[in-house]
Amino acid sequence: MKKLVILGAGTAGTMMVNKMNAVLNRDEWQITIVDQDPTHYYQPGFLFIPFGIYNRNDVLKPKKDFLPANVETVFSKIEMIEPDNNRVHIEGKRILDYDFLIIATGTRIHPEETEGLVGDEWHQSIFDFYTVEGAYNLSRKLKNWEGGRMVLNIAEMPIKCPVAPLEFVFLADWWFTEQGIRDKVEIEYVTPLPGAFTKPRASRLLGDFLTKKNIKLIPEFDIGNVDSEKKIISDYEGREIDYDLLVTIPTNMGDEIIGKSGMGNEFNYVPTDPQTLRSKDFENIFVLGDATDLPSSKAGSVAHFQSDILFENLLDAIDEQPLRAKFDGHANCYIESGFGKGILIDFNYDTEPLPGKFPLPGVGPFSLLEETKMNHYGKMMFRWMYWNLLLRGAELPIGSEMLMAGKRM
Amino acid sequence: MSEKQFAGVNVTVDDEGFMIDYTQWNEDIARGLAKEIGIEELNDKHFMVLNFMRKEFKEKGTGPSLRKLKNESGVNTKELYGLFPKGPAKKAALIAGITKPVGCI
Repeated sequence: MKKLVILGAGTAGTMMVNKMNAVLNRDEWQITIVDQDPTHYYQPGFLFIPFGIYNRNDVLKPKKDFLPANVETVFSKIEMIEPDNNRVHIEGKRILDYDFLIIATGTRIHPEETEGLVGDEWHQSIFDFYTVEGAYNLSRKLKNWEGGRMVLNIAEMPIKCPVAPLEFVFLADWWFTEQGIRDKVEIEYVTPLPGAFTKPRASRLLGDFLTKKNIKLIPEFDIGNVDSEKKIISDYEGREIDYDLLVTIPTNMGDEIIGKSGMGNEFNYVPTDPQTLRSKDFENIFVLGDATDLPSSKAGSVAHFQSDILFENLLDAIDEQPLRAKFDGHANCYIESGFGKGILIDFNYDTEPLPGKFPLPGVGPFSLLEETKMNHYGKMMFRWMYWNLLLRGAELPIGSEMLMAGKRM
Repeated sequence: MSEKQFAGVNVTVDDEGFMIDYTQWNEDIARGLAKEIGIEELNDKHFMVLNFMRKEFKEKGTGPSLRKLKNESGVNTKELYGLFPKGPAKKAALIAGITKPVGCI
């Protein structure tokens, strides 16, 4: 029997196991998927929890519901990968051999990387919303908050879903308005980037939105330290910003086992060929989703587009053929902008977000780089698509390759 | 793109001032590039960082992140900001004559 092992049963690993299970001959192949956590998280939903739009039950389901019954599922901690010996050590002294390995171990927040961030004030006056607990605790804080200065800080790039912090402040502006306390709240957006976003054209547009919503942008701030007693964040050049409520996007890093196995870069992301998605160092290892070191967004949409490419390339690799499919860096993000509206952006490695209609050129129904109600409905509908189609590896009406049709230069 | 002259050598730089061909670089050009962005003197520590940047670029095809600089260049973050104010990874890349680091997306 040949063996395919998939590490990680999040968005990327789950999509991939369903795709591979549908085509690999079961008389020849044994598929195993490993993850330490039996709960699947709908991560795009975390954003809505602080504002009471979703609750915890909306974003959690058992992983088992989305994994094929005829695949071996192991809910255990991964201890170590030995890529030179084609095997993985998991908890309980078990060893999994593989012919091919897919690494989809994702990325997590590491607040301990910033001095002073974790302490007595963690989840008291300092919150993250990249975990269910953080988002839930923040919802409880916001319920009774009477106003003051709310600072959102991005500690270090790259982060998962680079638009989420913007969406957070847009929604906060809306939410405080609804609560009737917007005039008592100052919102500041403090980022290490030179502007609101990474891509120049979208950065300008989103920067204008910040201004319109009376949110102050403080760029090029590399946080060095948090004084949680005095409620001050400072950067490496001594600039200080005081806050009453700090919402942090802590340093994001790949899984520790990547570092432990000597397979990662300085963020524990796996060096990956940007087009074929094969590991740069090992011929029989492929990498998917947030676990890669690629200069593409760390987001579910990207993992989805990558999964189509990886599927084809893995089949080529199994047939000992050259890898033919090439990933173009395609990302597609709905950005909640508050008051029931949203902005949609679609881009890849080479093309920055452009205006136009999506997914049908000239028709829509969604508008690129514009704020519309329809874009917001798209975002809200997506949760159903995610649970019912995407994770199961079904075809979606959006191709993995970015299209120029429908876009205006 | 434009042509600039440093230490008697014509150097092509992009719109943001990053050199197009890193093989043209030498220490005198580095001093010229540094002056352009307001760094008047380059000391041994500066060159330690610059040489690390160039070694990384040669091996990986892109300049290192701030985290990698901090971990591996032998200079800590606070010092890096002292040497290259307002964004060491980007500023040091410019003076090291390598292309702008691949931005985070």
